[in-house]
Amino acid sequence: MSYSKPIFKKKYDNFINGKFAPPVSGDYFENNSPIDNSLIAKYPRSQKEDVNNAVAAANAAKDAWGNTSATEKAALLNKVATIIEENLEEFALVETCDNGKPIRETLNADIPLAIDHWRYFAAVIRAEEGSATELDANTVSLNIKEPLGVIGQIIPWNFPLLMLSWKLPPALAAGNCVILKPAEQTPATATLLMEKIADVFPPGVLNIIHGFGPEAGKPLASHPNVDKVAFTGETTTGQLIMQYASKNLNPVTMELGGKSPNIFFNSVMDADDAFLDKAIEGAVLFAFNQGEVCTCPSRLLVQEDIYDAFMERVIARTKAIIQASPYESSTMLGAQASNDQYEKILSYIKIGKEEGAKVLTGGKACSLNGDLANGFYIEPTILEGHNKMRVFQEEIFGPVLAVCKFKDEAEALEIANDTAYGLGAGVWTRDAHQLYQIPRAIKAGRVWVNCYHAYPAHAPFGGYKKSGFGRENHLMMMNHYRQTKNMLISYDKNKLGFF
Amino acid sequence: MIYKRLEITEKASLILEQLKSKHGDLIFHQSGGCCDGTAPMLLEKDDFYIDDNDVLLGELLGVNYYMSTDQFNYWKHTFLTIDVVNGRGASFSLEIPLSVRFLIRSRLLTKEEEQVLNK
Repeated sequence: MSYSKPIFKKKYDNFINGKFAPPVSGDYFENNSPIDNSLIAKYPRSQKEDVNNAVAAANAAKDAWGNTSATEKAALLNKVATIIEENLEEFALVETCDNGKPIRETLNADIPLAIDHWRYFAAVIRAEEGSATELDANTVSLNIKEPLGVIGQIIPWNFPLLMLSWKLPPALAAGNCVILKPAEQTPATATLLMEKIADVFPPGVLNIIHGFGPEAGKPLASHPNVDKVAFTGETTTGQLIMQYASKNLNPVTMELGGKSPNIFFNSVMDADDAFLDKAIEGAVLFAFNQGEVCTCPSRLLVQEDIYDAFMERVIARTKAIIQASPYESSTMLGAQASNDQYEKILSYIKIGKEEGAKVLTGGKACSLNGDLANGFYIEPTILEGHNKMRVFQEEIFGPVLAVCKFKDEAEALEIANDTAYGLGAGVWTRDAHQLYQIPRAIKAGRVWVNCYHAYPAHAPFGGYKKSGFGRENHLMMMNHYRQTKNMLISYDKNKLGFF
Repeated sequence: MIYKRLEITEKASLILEQLKSKHGDLIFHQSGGCCDGTAPMLLEKDDFYIDDNDVLLGELLGVNYYMSTDQFNYWKHTFLTIDVVNGRGASFSLEIPLSVRFLIRSRLLTKEEEQVLNK
């Protein structure tokens, strides 16, 4: 099936205090589609004044929203989920146009997962409870969860609506008001969502500010009337946001990427069966979402005695990837999200070759015809080398796989953990001992075992090491958006006797 | 012969000079990780906390270029050229409102450079 570019208005606005609001400065920026570099629409180039307005609206709304019952909040979160579901194809098409990812992914992964995250947190707040402890016969300790107040959220461009749906539902469900800044490359689905749900929440509860990091992101991250900032992005901005938070003595959560190892032990080739087929696909998942995933399995570690046979099949499967218009439902690999990403990926392939990595397949830009010639396409690429190379250590954020061999379990772990990051990892084996012991020894927040790239709600997701902290997609995220009110109650009629 | 670890292209120099006159003293910090990572971040000098965990790679037009030490250990065998391309990186780097993005191009250090810089 073939889709085409959706229709957009000429320009869009911020969403502040329940209404669409033009930027105070009157300035807009042009947002282009990476599919063919054509103009999508103009979006607000917000400044500090716009952020101040949104923060003021959120602060005005926080007491009422913070005291709204779980029943009511859950009903509104479910309403958002239903609205996205009823417009699934429209959201998918706008996302594909804005980000460049294939329509089959937005239809089957991005948007359905986003819907489920809204429903999950609606369910969580209906089922959870605080705690009460009788400390002694006359003393009871009550723990009541209270919202922090106003939350600033800054999200990336790789899964625009899905990252929004990882961030907003737990913060709102916990009773906070939110100001969210989408990435400037991908403002479209956040805006579409506000158009569809403009009347769902009371004014000020949910605010969307568009604009550039230094102009709109920084005032949001450093605002004294924001009680917590949640950020997904890279390490330098992560450090900056933590510095700003230190001035306000605020908590933060950070998801900062990785260089995830995907480890294949020799037992995967014990039989040529459905599991081996699954394992080969698991290795090729580096190309999922054009490699623009913070957990991209971008380091492939294969046990040496199966290396040649295994890689032969991985290369064949990689070569079979269909790279064409993201609007075609048969397309598996679309466009990189922007020109600067495209250039960065090519510069990494170049230094990889200079460092001595061998190109097993791909290794260059992909030229497509017609309007697509203006888009940003890169061939799925496999580089064979060793773990000290920069292509093994830095997150390229493209469809580029760095592969090396290992001898035994010890060497596999040494290579897997030789990285500054610790977000994701994959372990593939038929050995029941390895299934448990290897994941336990990998220093990463998420280890997929005999699978990869699954992100269901209720499986906590977050980083070790320089990949950040905080656990999203799970009810434990609620506590990153709340504080505990302890009520210590005495039922003793008698005085202490001190005075 | 003085060996350096980095240089800047003429095109990137023009952007850097423009931003220096607008913002005053600046630094580069090499980012790592997700999305817009592995790219140079241009920041106001007093905005970003630098300490012994950062390595000074050199300076470009009076702007110091830093990288965290653990990252440097994997990068020190490469020579970096700071270039600029059209783009829209999402981060706090100061060139982004100009619809351009600084970009690292790399090559291996020569043997002579290695001997002097990484002895």
